[in-house]
Amino acid sequence: MIPRTPRDTDPTRIFTRRALLLGGGQAALMAVLVGRLYYLQIIESDTFRRAADRNRFTIRLIPPPRGEITDRFGVPMALNRRNYQVSVISEDIIRRARTIDERITAVNGVLRHLGRVVTLPEFDIERVLTEVRKHRAFVPIPIRENLTWDEMARIQVNKPSLPGILIEEGLTRFYPQAELSSHLLGYVSSVAEEDLMDDDDPLLHLPGFRIGKQGIERSYDRPLRGTAGARRMEVNAYGRVMAQQVTREATRGQKVALTIDMRLQEFAARRLGEESAGAVVMDVHTGEILALVSTPGYEPNAFSRGLTPDEWSALSKNPRAPMINKAVGGQYSPGSTFKMVVALAGLEAGVMSPNEYIYCPGHTQLGSHRFHCWKRGGHGAVNLVAALAGSCDVYFYEIARRCGVDRIAAMARKLGMGELLDIGVNGERPGLMPTRAWKLATRGENWHPGETLNVGIGQGYVLTTPLQLALMTARIANGGLKVMPTLCRQTPDELLAGVPADRTLAAAAPESLNIPKAHLDLVRFGMWSVINGGGGTARRSAIPVPGWELAGKTGTTQVRRITAAERAAGVRKAHQLPWEHRDHALFVCYAPYDAPRYACSVIVEHGGGGSSVAAPIARDIMMEALRLDPSVKAPGQELAIDDLPPRARELLLAAYESFTPDAGGANGTAPSDGAAQPPAGGPQGGVSG
Amino acid sequence: MSYAPTFAHTRQRRGDLSYRERFWQISWSLVLLVALTSAIGPIVLYSAAGGSWEPWADKQAIRLGVGLVLMLLIAATDIRFWLRTAYALYAITFVLLIVVEIKGSYGMGAQRWIDLGVLQFQPSEVMKVASILALARYYHGLTQEEIGRLIYLVPPLVLIAAPAALVMKQPDLGTALMLLAGGVIIMWLAGVRLWVFLLGALCVPPTAVFGWSMMHDYQKRRILTLFNPDNDPLGAGYHITQSKIALGSGGMFGKGYMNGTQSSLNFLPERQTDFIFPMMAEELGMMGALILLTLYVILILYGFVIAFRCRTAFSRLVAMGITSTFFLYVFINVAMVMGLIPVVGVPLPLISYGGTALLNLLLGFGLLQCVYVNRDVSLPKRGAFDM
Repeated sequence: MIPRTPRDTDPTRIFTRRALLLGGGQAALMAVLVGRLYYLQIIESDTFRRAADRNRFTIRLIPPPRGEITDRFGVPMALNRRNYQVSVISEDIIRRARTIDERITAVNGVLRHLGRVVTLPEFDIERVLTEVRKHRAFVPIPIRENLTWDEMARIQVNKPSLPGILIEEGLTRFYPQAELSSHLLGYVSSVAEEDLMDDDDPLLHLPGFRIGKQGIERSYDRPLRGTAGARRMEVNAYGRVMAQQVTREATRGQKVALTIDMRLQEFAARRLGEESAGAVVMDVHTGEILALVSTPGYEPNAFSRGLTPDEWSALSKNPRAPMINKAVGGQYSPGSTFKMVVALAGLEAGVMSPNEYIYCPGHTQLGSHRFHCWKRGGHGAVNLVAALAGSCDVYFYEIARRCGVDRIAAMARKLGMGELLDIGVNGERPGLMPTRAWKLATRGENWHPGETLNVGIGQGYVLTTPLQLALMTARIANGGLKVMPTLCRQTPDELLAGVPADRTLAAAAPESLNIPKAHLDLVRFGMWSVINGGGGTARRSAIPVPGWELAGKTGTTQVRRITAAERAAGVRKAHQLPWEHRDHALFVCYAPYDAPRYACSVIVEHGGGGSSVAAPIARDIMMEALRLDPSVKAPGQELAIDDLPPRARELLLAAYESFTPDAGGANGTAPSDGAAQPPAGGPQGGVSG
Repeated sequence: MSYAPTFAHTRQRRGDLSYRERFWQISWSLVLLVALTSAIGPIVLYSAAGGSWEPWADKQAIRLGVGLVLMLLIAATDIRFWLRTAYALYAITFVLLIVVEIKGSYGMGAQRWIDLGVLQFQPSEVMKVASILALARYYHGLTQEEIGRLIYLVPPLVLIAAPAALVMKQPDLGTALMLLAGGVIIMWLAGVRLWVFLLGALCVPPTAVFGWSMMHDYQKRRILTLFNPDNDPLGAGYHITQSKIALGSGGMFGKGYMNGTQSSLNFLPERQTDFIFPMMAEELGMMGALILLTLYVILILYGFVIAFRCRTAFSRLVAMGITSTFFLYVFINVAMVMGLIPVVGVPLPLISYGGTALLNLLLGFGLLQCVYVNRDVSLPKRGAFDM
């Protein structure tokens, strides 16, 4: 036996003991690792799995195409047009750029080449290069929007030499009638901060999403907008999309069919031309609005693409206020067009008999104030019909005095004045129908009897909108039925709920206003006499078609008080005054007289006289309304212009011929109708009849 | 007693075996185990590259092949060579460490390696093995009384602290930590008195405060975010958060090989190096992770068994030093990716992509084999003078 090497016993024992302790410690630490592994992978597994999916997936919204707006016959008034935009993805130009400058150089080269294919301002190239620097290589950078078809085609042809250039298709809102329906339809524009206040639709956060800002686009924005689709994208840590899948298709916005007849709308807008004016045409039986025009308009398509600061300042500084919808938001003294209301109030109160004659010497006296009639020499003795036909101010001063302001206001409200009608076009204003209580509450003053006289001729505190005037006329014409003005047979909520148009509230039969037929007949006869009677103020504006007899009422309101000195000097010719000092011209009417179908109101700001300016316009619009007869006749069934009697044909053709870009200029002549003068010390100097 | 075995046994004890004879003494089961474990590396790296041998799996496989050959070559060497050259190796490595430190401070960057063309040689990695050899040799030469004497504590502390301080300055917190821990473990196993360790433990808090003041901001941030990584999910806490998501979302059986979303979509940073464990655990689940950890535990057990089988202090301390260093690799890396300790930058041993660490580990396993092969060789107390 060879002796074995003796083990160093003592150190060996220490080593063994300590190595085992060390091993125990290591085992314990290993156990900690396994425990942690168990905690992460088994106990908390679901949490982390969700976290991994959150990392991985992002939901991207698919914007829905906006619903169309059509007229009553389905003719599109607002639709979506394809628009092409060109972008660049720098990664597709240079796969692995070593430096950012290398990438910029490559992109710049392609952009220069693109600049030879389509116009590309230096400014845009600089902007794109700055953007390329900021983003990762796979992010598309928009170069230009709104490419024409031609430009798009040229880029397509040159595609092989334009790597990384991407053409994307989008939709922009397009209004075929441009400014002719701008106030009615409104426009769409980018979402603003305040739009997010009471709307949590995620679509609003989508870059480039447009919502309705004015008009129908605004009030019917919800049904027009549609619902967003969703696309689930798998993205990597840098945001690059690796895979995508559509989880929900976008639902197209609903079609909104208005009651407007686009042909009539266009005619009315062109007929008003360059005037600062408003006009409303309404079906007297249903309240459906066939035309709602405010001029001058603005170009709504410019809003879809975005206005330049210059365009905006031109719009907002224009004295004719193209941004204001005068048809619903312009508040005017109704002037003599208010006299039907006073007559009905007087008849209802029983303060006068229809055959009672009142003598008009050209003025009347109340206390120390003298109230003038527009006709200097006076009308002589007039009864109700003659007073309406000749627009005698003295007659209506007397009726108003007997009746009192509160009863006039009650009748006016009955006929739809002095309160919001809420037809769904923003910017609508309520007008004002003063009462004693109103004056005490708002001014803390008692009502003066003289103010009642002013109200009697539609002056003083009274304010109405063209829409209210048309409604008042329609309610008189239809025999006192409480029709409501409508632009669309369905409300936005009804559209969203899918209620069909024939079952909505608008289709319900209107209730009666309980105005005796005899009273209405008298007033309507008076209105007939305005145009067709011997002493009528609008005899020249008759419709020369048998069976289409027009009934109406003129109105002329002064925008500033005429001083006694001016009255004495007789400086009253419109053309001698600056535009903004001229009178407003008003006209309300309905036709045919014996079987009313349409009512119309026209206001021409600073136009001059109601009979000379507003009445001929309203006559043409009414003639066209009757010819087209949109309430019963589909397009194509209307009466041809050639089938009209010669005189009427001439009038209509003359109107159409005047529709050149510069047409419709000032027709201003001296006011010759019921323009009453306020007393020199009258309570309300600003406006006068 | 039969002649031949006694003869062989005696020769073995005396260290008279030829290289070839020693070669066949290698523990082939351990070789197989090392090869099996490290083969997981290229497989996981193939998936990490999205199902491609490039850029990691192919290189790692080649390195692995080279490393395994190196391991076998070292395994059959005479252990007395390592005993004799232990200090010299330590000295050379230390000089290289100073060289890269000087080079690094001139060269602006944190390039703490020497480029050999085929691979980048990192002295700090080699120092892990060199310091084990040096410490083992030191304690091999001491008697038990000497070990108990205070003055004999100075050389090992210098041997440990000097390279650790240099590496800390690089800054490579993980390697410094491993150098320190590896050295302390050898001192512990060599039989240094218990009160020394107690005193050392008392010194930790002031040292930690001092160390904190010396740390770079990014290192401080890493330690701070450890305690609340969710505070800064896109900044400093991103690594840990994404790593935990990868691990946790793997669940019991994983998302399937090459189906890890966290890694394939690049959410998991450094998935080929320090964060290869969560990448693997995401795809293969807790089952896969446990299999790997089991392989590691078996390797460590081999180390323990070999250490217990040795007759000399040098062999025992080398075996335990290597085994413990291996354990530290495993523990620090796995604990770090699971958010238990700060992200200090220690790779997963044998798996992570990277040449130096892999070769160094295989070199370590070669030495472990060498210890095993020479387990019965008696070694002189003061160096190897009889060769």
